[in-house]
Amino acid sequence: MTQQKSSINRRAFLKSSTLAGGGLMISFSWLSAFKPADKGIPADLPEQWAELSSYIKITPEGIVKILNPNPEFGQNVMTSLPMIVAEELDADWTKVVVEMGPHDNVKLGPQFTGGSNSVRMYWRPLRQAGAAARSMLLQAAADTWKVPVEELTAKAGVIVHPKSMKSGKYGEFATKAASIPIPKDVKLKDVKTFNIVRNSMKNVEGQKIVTGKPLFGLDYRVDGMLIAMIEHPPAFGMKLKSFDASEALKMPGITNVFQQKLYEDGFEQGGFDTRSFNELLVVVGKTTWQVMQARKKLKLEWEPAGETKDTMGGRGSKREVVVPGELESTDVQLKKMQEYATKPAQQLRKDGDPETAFKNAAQIIERTYNAPFLAHNCMEPMNFFAHVTDEKALVAGPLQAPGWSEPTLAKLLGLPADKIEIQMTRMGGGFGRRAYGQYLYEAALISKKLKSPVKLVYSREDDMTYGIYRPMYTATYRAALDANKNLIAFHVKGGGIPEHAIHANRFPAGAVDNYLAEGWQIPSNITIGAFRAPRSNFNAAAEQSFLDELAEAMGKDPIDFRLELLQRAKESPVGKNNEYDVDRYASVLKLVKEKSGWGKEENKKYSRGVAAYFCHASYAAHVVDIVMKEGQPYVERVFSAVDCGIVVNPDAATNMVQGAVVDGIGNAFYGGLTHKDGAVEQNNFHSYRIIRMNEAPKKIEVHFVENDIDPTGLGEPPFPPVFGAVANALYKAAGKRVYQQPYNSQLNTPRAF
Amino acid sequence: MITLNINKKTYNVDVDPNTPLLWVLRDTLGLVGTKYGCGIAQCGACTIHLDGNAVRSCVMPVSAVGSKKVTTIEGLSEKGEHPVQKAWLEHDVAQCGYCQSGQIMSVAVLLRENKAPTDADIDAAMSGNICRCGTYLRVRSAIHAAAELQRKKA
Repeated sequence: MTQQKSSINRRAFLKSSTLAGGGLMISFSWLSAFKPADKGIPADLPEQWAELSSYIKITPEGIVKILNPNPEFGQNVMTSLPMIVAEELDADWTKVVVEMGPHDNVKLGPQFTGGSNSVRMYWRPLRQAGAAARSMLLQAAADTWKVPVEELTAKAGVIVHPKSMKSGKYGEFATKAASIPIPKDVKLKDVKTFNIVRNSMKNVEGQKIVTGKPLFGLDYRVDGMLIAMIEHPPAFGMKLKSFDASEALKMPGITNVFQQKLYEDGFEQGGFDTRSFNELLVVVGKTTWQVMQARKKLKLEWEPAGETKDTMGGRGSKREVVVPGELESTDVQLKKMQEYATKPAQQLRKDGDPETAFKNAAQIIERTYNAPFLAHNCMEPMNFFAHVTDEKALVAGPLQAPGWSEPTLAKLLGLPADKIEIQMTRMGGGFGRRAYGQYLYEAALISKKLKSPVKLVYSREDDMTYGIYRPMYTATYRAALDANKNLIAFHVKGGGIPEHAIHANRFPAGAVDNYLAEGWQIPSNITIGAFRAPRSNFNAAAEQSFLDELAEAMGKDPIDFRLELLQRAKESPVGKNNEYDVDRYASVLKLVKEKSGWGKEENKKYSRGVAAYFCHASYAAHVVDIVMKEGQPYVERVFSAVDCGIVVNPDAATNMVQGAVVDGIGNAFYGGLTHKDGAVEQNNFHSYRIIRMNEAPKKIEVHFVENDIDPTGLGEPPFPPVFGAVANALYKAAGKRVYQQPYNSQLNTPRAF
Repeated sequence: MITLNINKKTYNVDVDPNTPLLWVLRDTLGLVGTKYGCGIAQCGACTIHLDGNAVRSCVMPVSAVGSKKVTTIEGLSEKGEHPVQKAWLEHDVAQCGYCQSGQIMSVAVLLRENKAPTDADIDAAMSGNICRCGTYLRVRSAIHAAAELQRKKA
């Protein structure tokens, strides 16, 4: 609402925004220093911005600045979210500059990247923001021209009064518009009239990316900044016994070596405060390389930590959680899972009488699927900048959920939230890992102790062996068929370390008369966290492999079989709380069937597998085509069908689906983290295999179901069914089913081919 | 003091001669476009040109650079108009973007040596560059497009 021209105005603005809402809003972040705009807009942007809302500022020259509220980790929200604002604003997209917003949950909403939520949760608020600003600009023009506002139209940043032939650009009215109160509940456009949203727009940060501009947390630098690294225990279940840093301290550039506790005893952790190790051994120096070298000179003794206790808070309930002390090994974990699988488990859903149906079955098919821990392996390792003083804190780095980290940070630093400024840098990947702010807390505590600006850096090895992994999962699926090969009962019993993956109310729940879902879990000191479609990424592998095998046993085409089940769920759904929309689920199967030429003669040369899955309110199906290349199965091409409602930025959405497919193929074939006596056995990319160029498909054809449904998730939904489709195609290629991820480990045995 | 020629400029740096070039670029000189990904020449995020050859700067001691010319992503072109950069924008390759400067530096060498790389050539030249977001498909199509741009220019 204010004209920001001078520093006086800016101070006033800062003051008013502090009053307005708790979080201190700094309107110019360090990132803005690197923002010579793309798309040919001059680098020396005008200083005079009329602020129409917390998202929108306009100069007299008509340049529109839109703040992106949500952290960017490659899902392209820096472009897609401003597109939504620009659409309702009727801005000229070529005159839009985008800036990463400050952390301010009051002004800029939830600011959380995860759960495929960015577009979903901002869809309405950003449309409202754009429409409100447009309405203010029109009102300002109507007042200036002294004509009724109803007689005005706007298009691409120009307001026209057809009767008088008057026209003017947004910039001319911006100052005046900024003094008009923001209207509420402005009528939104008919989605069929969109001309920015639903059109492919280039990544607004593309130019900066290809020219190597400093965008990422690890690129953050200030004068006098120190570099800190943390030596964490070599195994889960271990802790530091003693250390001798005398040699390390003699190394060039090294300033400090000290122990630091992350959480004090009894500290109430929030749900995303997961940390693997509480006693930190911190090495500080002038450069990253110097610190890396000094770490090698530390003399360290470790000892078993034994059983420990964590205090979990949040949502008004406080509880103690016992963390076991065992030094875990993968072979023991697998044995334990086999044991637990035979024990009674928690019932998650039951329809009909599955026990009797299984007793009376003519045929029972039972299969068990296993999957290992997975490391996120973001290309940019964990890191954070922090400058903490007695009065305030500035922290900057890659973070998916600043709003969840802020309360914890405030408690740890003893500072009120409005004295903490969190700047969100572009993230070199996230995949769920950066929803857990433990590395930010570490950086802040280190800075506080040193009274100096510090950048905490994880090496690749630190990052990969730290924890917060995708859990280790298993599930046993059983199906009962009658004498006519009809499916009469379905049973899934899933377990995991330390949690199971079962979504009891998802397909095929609702499609089978007798249904039972159960779950169990084994406590562990190996920490876990969300990993691109948590739980779903295992379910879709196991369940979709099982359905394929079931279809074969029933003599049915795998797509037809799924469609029959969906038809059943539509006509007479079994049970309650079925989470999925039958029609949307069926639509992606039908679309992928058509686009892949399913069953067509010309595709017989491929070993084909299909799978579909629902999660994050969206639907995805893939057909995967495998050929043999140099004696190894190779996914040469993939056809994908996705229903995520309205697609905001189609080319970028296609890119994301293609990426999810590649990520899925890579993790299905190669992903896996194992443990020996608590120690992680893979610590860098020589031992943890990531899919590479020569292993990625040559073609991934992405088709979106066209509808006018408000957008649903996209970052995660295409990922899980890739695993199932790959497994099913591998069966065609190898004549052998794969039950254990990573599949590559199953293929290179002599019996496989 | 070690004298380095980087992006046609001369720098004198006072560092341990064993320091990898990557960290001299990033920490000492502030040229942060070259990325740290693994530190063991497995991911290619740190790829730079040394006398025109694609080199993993994370395992290249700065003492071994000598008088060779270093080019980083910041120096690949004046205004981001190298055919590879243009093709990258046209195909909107990046997702998170972190690995892309390394990818681009690898491609620039490939296309100088091979004016019309086949898919197999691309596999061979690019399998050392990991993209965790899985943009390989677009990296491939952008390489073909860049080759085309380069041919037109020539």
